[in-house]
Amino acid sequence: MFKLVKIALRNLLRYKRRTLLTSSLIAVGVTFVLVFVSSSSAFKNLMISQITDSMLGHIQIHKQGYMASIDSLPLTLNLDQKDIEKLEKAVNSMSGIKAYSPRIKFAGMFSNFMETTNIRVNGVYPDKEEAVAPLLPGRVKQGEKVIKKGEMFIPELLAKGMEVKVGDTIVVIATNRDGSVNGKQFRVGAVIESVTGPGGRDGYMHIEDAMEMLRMDQMEVSEVAIRLDDFDKLHSVSAALDAALSDQLNKAGKPVFDVRTWEDLSPFYNVSRMIEVMTFFIRLMLIAIVLISVMNVMIMAVYERIREIGTMAAIGTKPGKILFLFLIEGFFLGLTGTLVGIVFTCAVTYVINAVEISFNFGRQIGLVLSPRLEPGQIFLISGIVILVSILAALQPAYKASRMEPINALRHV
Amino acid sequence: MSLIFAQDLTKVYALGEQRVEALRSVNFAVEPSSFVSFVGPSGSGKTTLLNLIGCMDKPTSGSLRVAGIDTSSLSRREAAEFRGKNLGFIFQDFNLMSVLTVYENVEYPLLVVQNVSAAERKERILTLLDTVGMLDQKDKHPDQISGGQKQRVAVARALVTNPSLVLADEPTANLDSKTAFRVIDTMHKMKDELGVTFIFSTHDRKIVGEVETIYTLTDGMITGKASGKGGGHV
Repeated sequence: MFKLVKIALRNLLRYKRRTLLTSSLIAVGVTFVLVFVSSSSAFKNLMISQITDSMLGHIQIHKQGYMASIDSLPLTLNLDQKDIEKLEKAVNSMSGIKAYSPRIKFAGMFSNFMETTNIRVNGVYPDKEEAVAPLLPGRVKQGEKVIKKGEMFIPELLAKGMEVKVGDTIVVIATNRDGSVNGKQFRVGAVIESVTGPGGRDGYMHIEDAMEMLRMDQMEVSEVAIRLDDFDKLHSVSAALDAALSDQLNKAGKPVFDVRTWEDLSPFYNVSRMIEVMTFFIRLMLIAIVLISVMNVMIMAVYERIREIGTMAAIGTKPGKILFLFLIEGFFLGLTGTLVGIVFTCAVTYVINAVEISFNFGRQIGLVLSPRLEPGQIFLISGIVILVSILAALQPAYKASRMEPINALRHV
Repeated sequence: MSLIFAQDLTKVYALGEQRVEALRSVNFAVEPSSFVSFVGPSGSGKTTLLNLIGCMDKPTSGSLRVAGIDTSSLSRREAAEFRGKNLGFIFQDFNLMSVLTVYENVEYPLLVVQNVSAAERKERILTLLDTVGMLDQKDKHPDQISGGQKQRVAVARALVTNPSLVLADEPTANLDSKTAFRVIDTMHKMKDELGVTFIFSTHDRKIVGEVETIYTLTDGMITGKASGKGGGHV
């Protein structure tokens, strides 16, 4: 085995220029794919964390049917006190959940006493909301970073349009579930940055103020947002929550709760899927590059060494060992290209991070792209390249192993 | 028992619609520890016969037993195994592997074909390289040594597996007289010391003068058998 490896390596070094060119081509392909994957992955993760950490949360639980009418924020489809207790019990007993935040969401009218416009409001517990959406305080452009009773966080666009600033008094008017119109004066506690995506232009108030405005005797919430310890466990925790809550049925025998991940709630999920599809096609291109280049080299190698193959066969080398010899050569071509490619990728990634490439996403300005090489991606790409290299060598290797020594020895 | 026993050995090649009879009902026997040569003009069937004995081709009809085995029934894999265990090959163009050193070329059959321990391997290789006078060149690559030296390495490679039979196809064709005699001497010595049978396919008079038995092939048939070194025509 070791001897075959030694012979294979020497055979590769016999045609230095060819080996160098093929390995370089593979290395460039690996570099291109790894840089693309790490950059697109960095962009995707940045966007996902912006969306989930600014307002959405990783998972949301609503009453069944709420999502179908979410645009109108129906108060009639809120989770009642009994539902909330069951939900809290399930959430508290489940591992992997870092925090949860009940929210009362409603649509209302916003007035500065001169003009009136519409507004979407989130009534939240400030500490719970901050635990679920840790980027919320960072969105505050002016004012206090904590939501206090009697105060509101106003989205920047609304503040500009209505010419209100921190400290001003405003009025919010809303209709409760019975159809009664209620109003309440608030002080503008902070102006917050609007972010792209659903809820990115919502205002915030304390949940007790929301209850008071909507004349709720008992707590009712529109949704419960959840943040996980580990984002990678999104689907497993979501499935576990779904299973834990599935026994709660309404009078019609249907589940009371509707568990949704951020993927169901944000249109960015489609962009994220597109990035994954593009990554898949980029990987396919790499496979084609490796397949064609290695196969080309190995076909040439077999053709040029026909007499040598004949000699090996004549002196008793079994067909399997001849096959194996050429497969090892293919393996080392792939391995060399991959290792060099990984080194190149580290260099390119370092440069990208050093240069600090920034971009804007919606209203978020100056987001810095920070590609990071993930061991999983490196192993995946390396595995693909090496496997394809071996597969590319398989046909020429098989041909070599099937050569009749008598014909091979006659070859000029 | 004969080392090689051929009876009515026939080989026919199909070249398009033409049939070429390379061997026609050849009969012969070779005893162990012999020095035998098949001579004849080009196209007489010498190389075909060596290929059949070397299990690299199969007869169209007739039977051929080598070392007690009916070689026509061997599969590709079995034939390779048989060659590795029982046969050694010496080629006209030496056919050494250019990426391996002299030592490694001789080592190759032991490593890849036979599974011999490192200590025994080393001992066998060094002994043989010493015998063929190539011990001081053992670390050189084939492109760094002369044709005669290459052929001596090829002899060592053919013998390192302790084969019972060595097949040599025009082994001295690319060598000058002095070197050719040295290679022939080496093979003679191996035959005498190790009891190896050598079969040559050649028209080289230098070899013909040294062998014990000479078979003459003409148009695929054995047309003569003579003893070398003073032996008369049969």
